[in-house]
Amino acid sequence: MSDIPAPRHIPDRLDRPLRSALLSWEALLVAVTVTIFGLNCVASPYFLDPWSLSDLTFNFTEKALIALAMALLLISGEIDLSVAGIIALSSTLMGMAAQTGAGTAVLVPIGIGMGLACGALNGVLVTGLGLPSIIITIGTMSLFRGIAFIMLGDKAYQGYPADFAFFGQGYVWWVVSFELALFLAAALLYWFVLHRTSFGRRIFAIGNNPVAAQFSGVRVSRIKFLLFCLTGLMSGIAAVLVTSRLGSTRPSIAQGYELEVITMAMLGGVSISGGVGSILGVVLAAFIMGLVTFGLGLLNVPGIVMSIFVGLLLIIVIAAQRLTAKGAPHRGG
Amino acid sequence: MKALFRYREVWLLVAIAVLIGLVSIRFPAFAAPGNLAQIFNDTALLIMLVLGQMLVIVTRSFDLSMASNLCFTGMAVAMLNAAHPDIPVAMLIVLALVIGLALGALNGILIWKLNMPSIVVTLGTLTIYRGATFILSGGAWVNADQMSPTFIGLQRVVVLGIPVLSWIVLLVIVLFFALTTYTALGRSIFAVGVNPTASVYIGVDVGRTKFIVFCLSGMVSGLAGYLWVARYVIASVEIANGFELNIIAACVIGGISIAGGIGSVGGAVLGALFLGLISNALPVIDISPFWQMAISGMAIIVAVAINARAERRKGRIILRKAETA
Repeated sequence: MSDIPAPRHIPDRLDRPLRSALLSWEALLVAVTVTIFGLNCVASPYFLDPWSLSDLTFNFTEKALIALAMALLLISGEIDLSVAGIIALSSTLMGMAAQTGAGTAVLVPIGIGMGLACGALNGVLVTGLGLPSIIITIGTMSLFRGIAFIMLGDKAYQGYPADFAFFGQGYVWWVVSFELALFLAAALLYWFVLHRTSFGRRIFAIGNNPVAAQFSGVRVSRIKFLLFCLTGLMSGIAAVLVTSRLGSTRPSIAQGYELEVITMAMLGGVSISGGVGSILGVVLAAFIMGLVTFGLGLLNVPGIVMSIFVGLLLIIVIAAQRLTAKGAPHRGG
Repeated sequence: MKALFRYREVWLLVAIAVLIGLVSIRFPAFAAPGNLAQIFNDTALLIMLVLGQMLVIVTRSFDLSMASNLCFTGMAVAMLNAAHPDIPVAMLIVLALVIGLALGALNGILIWKLNMPSIVVTLGTLTIYRGATFILSGGAWVNADQMSPTFIGLQRVVVLGIPVLSWIVLLVIVLFFALTTYTALGRSIFAVGVNPTASVYIGVDVGRTKFIVFCLSGMVSGLAGYLWVARYVIASVEIANGFELNIIAACVIGGISIAGGIGSVGGAVLGALFLGLISNALPVIDISPFWQMAISGMAIIVAVAINARAERRKGRIILRKAETA
């Protein structure tokens, strides 16, 4: 992010014939997904059960929702490490409201609104003061979670209204959970925004060369501010889902989510130095991470060992990308 | 006098003095030398790790795997000590340095040879090293009664009034100061951060320099791993979870620029001390420890805001002496 961006190829739907599509990052991710899916089928006879497949999606949808917005932010050359802190704060606020007897119709706007407000604060700090987002959001990460700690102390909020449970536990159609349906709808929306609108093109332009983008009439600061708001908004939505699924709020809620969200985006082919990425890749990466953790879960592999596989996957996949890329620009980072 | 105040270290020192002064108005015992030495000892591990991270950040990289490296190395030496109490502690310390070095070198190789972004590599090894700790230990803890008394006791031994742990940190500080001030390697590290392209032209191998820096941060993490386990007399998969962000936060407060090229040993030490002081002062002035995260978050944001202004004014300097001369 701090480096001078090297000129890069801006993706264009006109120059993507079939051959390059087959050799693309997404094709590799599809192959990985199919392989892991196949391995899971072999590993456990219970895997192919529709309800078990549905359970699988709960592993990643909340993080993947944030990863969609994080992808846009990373493509623009910024990062947000405070997303888990935002979830903690939003969830705490909803918990407090629930204690006073607020209904679901009040809780959801509170959660989402708080997420948006936190995102806006990040955006103001980064664009208004011209400060590096990685540091600002480390600061706000502590700040948001710290405020959640102050408000909660050592308590845990419970007693959410019964109909609030729908968001994290409900099904909209047979085995399709509300979380999954929401994620798929959001993915479609983000795909359209990033790959089919001029707003999306501007995000790529900013990530490739913010100075050139500025001189081409792109309002760099305003777009970056919007992207921080968007990431905050998605974190607020995720807060509603997580809180509803767990049915309680603790200060340690969503601990470590920020790194998983960023891993998801990078596994999906989004460059940490900006300018490169696709929504399809992020969606595939989300499914891969869900499949890996769920498959290993079926084999009774402890959660912490699963994270080894996710880490290895990240390094191997990015290393493969570096090794196969022809004439990849020499960049620090 | 005016020239003196151009240095961030002076400002940090003033901030620390003010903080101590304010607390000691209500609680005079806080500023007693014994208590201050205690705070230094409490912050010792953070200082060491911050020094390692400082070099990494100066070369425009990040090492997010330091806390996981610490956890793995700590577990490895603790298990070895529990299984073979007759192995001398000195050998275990050397082993901790070697294991830490190996884990750091793995990061460094990937960053050097494959030219991968350091954030990606260390984000991956962050989870891998911690997961490897679980595999190594089978999820079990090594408790106080399983470790030998010398293994635990060494860092508590008081020499000339302060514990060995503090002495080790002072030694590390001196070594890092010597490295950055008097060696060609130290100068290349800063050169790489200030301008990687120009560094290549003056004959500095950017990749190799980054590799060495990651080896150093790994070694420091390994040493901190042994000391952490000995200090808190427990080795588990959970130790120092999330500590990597405290380390980076202290670096930022210490005035190390994440754009690379700017940073000093003094700043790093004072940045860590500032964070350590906040966490020690809060309970004393009767603020619940729950406030700690929020306050350090604010401190980071304020520090970055000040940093950004200072950098805009000053530009980047490799050698302070050359500038003041």
